[in-house]
Amino acid sequence: MASVTLSVNGKSVTRDVDARTLLVEFLREHMRLTGTHVGCDTTQCGCCTVHVNGEAMKSCTLLAVAVDGATITTIEGLAKGQDLHPMQAAFREHHGLQCGFCTPGMIMSAVDMVRRKGTDLDDKTIREELEGNICRCTGYHNIVKAIHYGAEAMGKAGTAAE
Amino acid sequence: MSGTGIGARVLRKEDFRFITGKGQYTDDVNRYGQAHAVFLRSPHAHAEILGIKLDAARAMPGVIDIFTGDDLAADKIGGLICGWMIHSKDGTPMKAGAHPALAQGKVRYVGDHVAVIIAETQAQARDAMEKIVVDYKVLAPVVAMADAVKSGAPVLHDVAPDNTVYNWALGDEAATQAAFAKAAHVTKLDIVNNRLVPNPMEPRAAVGDWDSGQDAFTLYTTSQNPHVARLVLSAFIGIAPEHKLRVIAPDVGGGFGSKIFIYAEETVCVWAAKKVGRPVKWVADRTEAFLSDAHGRDHVTHAEMALDASGKILGLRVKTQANLGAYLSTFSSCVPTYLYAPLLSGQYDIPAIYVEVDGLYTNTAPVDAYRGAGRPEATFVIERMVEVAAREVKQDPAEFRRRNFVRQFPHQTPVIMCYDAGDYDAALTKALEMSDYKNIGARKAESAKKGLLRGIGFSAYIEACGIAPSAAVGSLGAGVGLWESAEVRVNPVGTVEILTGSHSHGQGHETTFAQLVSERLGISIDNVAIVHGDTDKVQMGMGTYGSRSGAVGMSAISKALDKIEAKAKKVAGFVLEASPDDIEFKDGKFSVRGTDKEIDFASVALQAYIAHKFNGQELEPGLKESAFWDPTNFTFPAGVHICELEIDPATGVTRIDRWTAVDDFGNVINPMIVEGQVHGGIAQGVGQALLEGAVYDASGQLVTASYMDYSMPRAGDLPSYDVGMTQTACPSNPLGIKGCGEAGAIAAPPAVMNAITDAIGHEGIDMPATPLALWRAIQKAAPRAAAE
Ligand code: FES
Ligand code: FES
Repeated sequence: MASVTLSVNGKSVTRDVDARTLLVEFLREHMRLTGTHVGCDTTQCGCCTVHVNGEAMKSCTLLAVAVDGATITTIEGLAKGQDLHPMQAAFREHHGLQCGFCTPGMIMSAVDMVRRKGTDLDDKTIREELEGNICRCTGYHNIVKAIHYGAEAMGKAGTAAE
Repeated sequence: MSGTGIGARVLRKEDFRFITGKGQYTDDVNRYGQAHAVFLRSPHAHAEILGIKLDAARAMPGVIDIFTGDDLAADKIGGLICGWMIHSKDGTPMKAGAHPALAQGKVRYVGDHVAVIIAETQAQARDAMEKIVVDYKVLAPVVAMADAVKSGAPVLHDVAPDNTVYNWALGDEAATQAAFAKAAHVTKLDIVNNRLVPNPMEPRAAVGDWDSGQDAFTLYTTSQNPHVARLVLSAFIGIAPEHKLRVIAPDVGGGFGSKIFIYAEETVCVWAAKKVGRPVKWVADRTEAFLSDAHGRDHVTHAEMALDASGKILGLRVKTQANLGAYLSTFSSCVPTYLYAPLLSGQYDIPAIYVEVDGLYTNTAPVDAYRGAGRPEATFVIERMVEVAAREVKQDPAEFRRRNFVRQFPHQTPVIMCYDAGDYDAALTKALEMSDYKNIGARKAESAKKGLLRGIGFSAYIEACGIAPSAAVGSLGAGVGLWESAEVRVNPVGTVEILTGSHSHGQGHETTFAQLVSERLGISIDNVAIVHGDTDKVQMGMGTYGSRSGAVGMSAISKALDKIEAKAKKVAGFVLEASPDDIEFKDGKFSVRGTDKEIDFASVALQAYIAHKFNGQELEPGLKESAFWDPTNFTFPAGVHICELEIDPATGVTRIDRWTAVDDFGNVINPMIVEGQVHGGIAQGVGQALLEGAVYDASGQLVTASYMDYSMPRAGDLPSYDVGMTQTACPSNPLGIKGCGEAGAIAAPPAVMNAITDAIGHEGIDMPATPLALWRAIQKAAPRAAAE
């Protein structure tokens, strides 16, 4: 067993966990934050993407003990109450989701993309940057659109630098 | 209410929970005291099980129990079933080998289920699994279809000594022969339809629960059709009678057909919950999904098309081998037969067609319906044939198609289907315009200057959706009816709950179904809730597949709404002191014709429940109606997709430059959602054509069992799509809907392959046209030119 302390969506938590516990298991099973999904076992699909100290990472390939002390944001921590994050709003507005399973990872990756690449994202950049996120439903057309407008909205709302 | 009614681009009601991480998928369900199941799977494609040693595994930490096929047999738990009887052309019934949920004596594919370990945690179950010792006698496997039918081939099931499930045929052989006898030209083609793995992003999962006080079971599962799951688990597998078995499919993260079927894992989880007296949860990892989800496609076909001197199609002859895998999955038998051959007429007036299909067993995962199910395979055959025929007789492929289009409706094809409505010229004309076809020559020249090969490919597809008229499918061997049910519950305050047997796994039913109610009752979609996916709430239903939820599911709702309206008019009549015949209902208001007396829908609902203005002898209180809708025909969505692409001959890399889709889905409830369905379908079709392929090696190992090995389409592999529509209302249901869920996946593969073969100038390439395959094909055609 190992003791892990994390700040998750603004709350500090400490748990004794099996040393092999993955971050995604810590979030889903110990914190019941089931918005972070598991879609593969080879770090390919991005359904499990969360922010670790502000950077997008795949929580299925990180041991919880390896990020002891980190600040984690999951999809549940993105909206402020009923106020959606601009990227969440853009996915809804542009029909960037169907079954919703890839969506939390897509949104977390998209927010990180804006942090790294700015708020003016062209289609080519967005498609390249989505290399690590698979969606089987949408054919990506509307996801690309949603990220483009979401990034723009983040610029206007001043959330891009957060 | 036009803002949220039929035809409006309403944003989806379900999205809020998904974008905030509050969706409830099966893996998000956690029952108090639950244990975890892990399945020990066969590492061999074909082997006898001589013995299983469990002692060491049982002694591992956290292990609660371990079960094998013997335990299921001892409890008289039946095997998995195939629900569609197909007869061979000699009249004999198909040869269905037994399909136990846990192997009994023999394993038949890599991934076949040998034992289940139930432990306190998933990790402990996995650790214990390592300690199970299985004594296998490895048998020679049959992997390729060509080998399955060789004499002396290893036999999978004793009931099928030649590994043949059926030799089935459809059409008029003599008439087709006569057509070929008078042909001026015959086009011949060998066609491979590659094996795919559906890969919804949510892996399959199940949580079984047993209530000892009631002796009743609950199964949470990733299902497109929970009622069918309950029916099969109850009536055929024998878990419990239906009133003691509740099946809940919460949010489902995509399915594409693969979550229609009733699999071993959910069967075992729900049964084991009683055995161990604890809830039992299983979640597939991705490799398990690759190994054990039903795969799709996998046909090898030889086709011949007879033409007269003017390029009119006289006849079509098709011989297909269909790989059904190691066992018959739930609906596998109908996919390469009745969902395939009846679509081989395409959009064309073809006087004679004859199709033969051999369904074969191999030591590979079971194959069943995957997005389109049979119709993509048929479309690939006819659209490749038409394109190649046009090339051979030196006609423009668009005009060649136009010359052969069906123009009179209804149109009876020689292969069962009666097309009810359509306008194929309109879609083609619009697609040619949108794609700027007239300037393709200039664009090809432009690409050539850059050293690139540009190609354009057409696909004028048709599909049979709105599955399906019950009596008709019954006569073809279906074990179930394919109607849909609906119940409309109006609450006393005028809000509405719709209970439906359809079940969304991404299609947006909570929005589109509410739009229908909004349109009909004049209430806000915010006042409508859609209830689905729970057999304790919705009495019965057939689920979501075959693009049926709009055409069949919403038609059932519409029929129930007719009854609501009729009853509400009676209530309004009492309140407004007028005959129900004089009551008009419009924009959510009931009024007495020719007067200004009116009452709104919510007030009528309240009056129906307080029942003060009428007595129970005159009218029953309350406002709740139900309906079953059984379609009168299949629906026939159709359209034209045009793919334009560039290939770099030096690398074999393909870039899709533009994609034009013009689809006729009949009336459309929500264009935003329909376009999304088209996008997703095209992506899967492009994936099949360029990237995806399930590959077994000679020993029967699946070598593409992860996302490192199986190439899923990613954003960078795909273009944006130019989507347009034409509309002919469907006469076969009250809403005029044809369905849109599968069109893209059906239309796309031949469009891509026709474009690729146009670009490289020969037909010698199969799907997936990966860079390596394409590079080789280009080398084969012009080795020096490419090397220069
Ligand atoms: S679950 Fe983490 S990348 Fe797939
Ligand atoms: S919305 Fe279903 S996987 Fe992306």
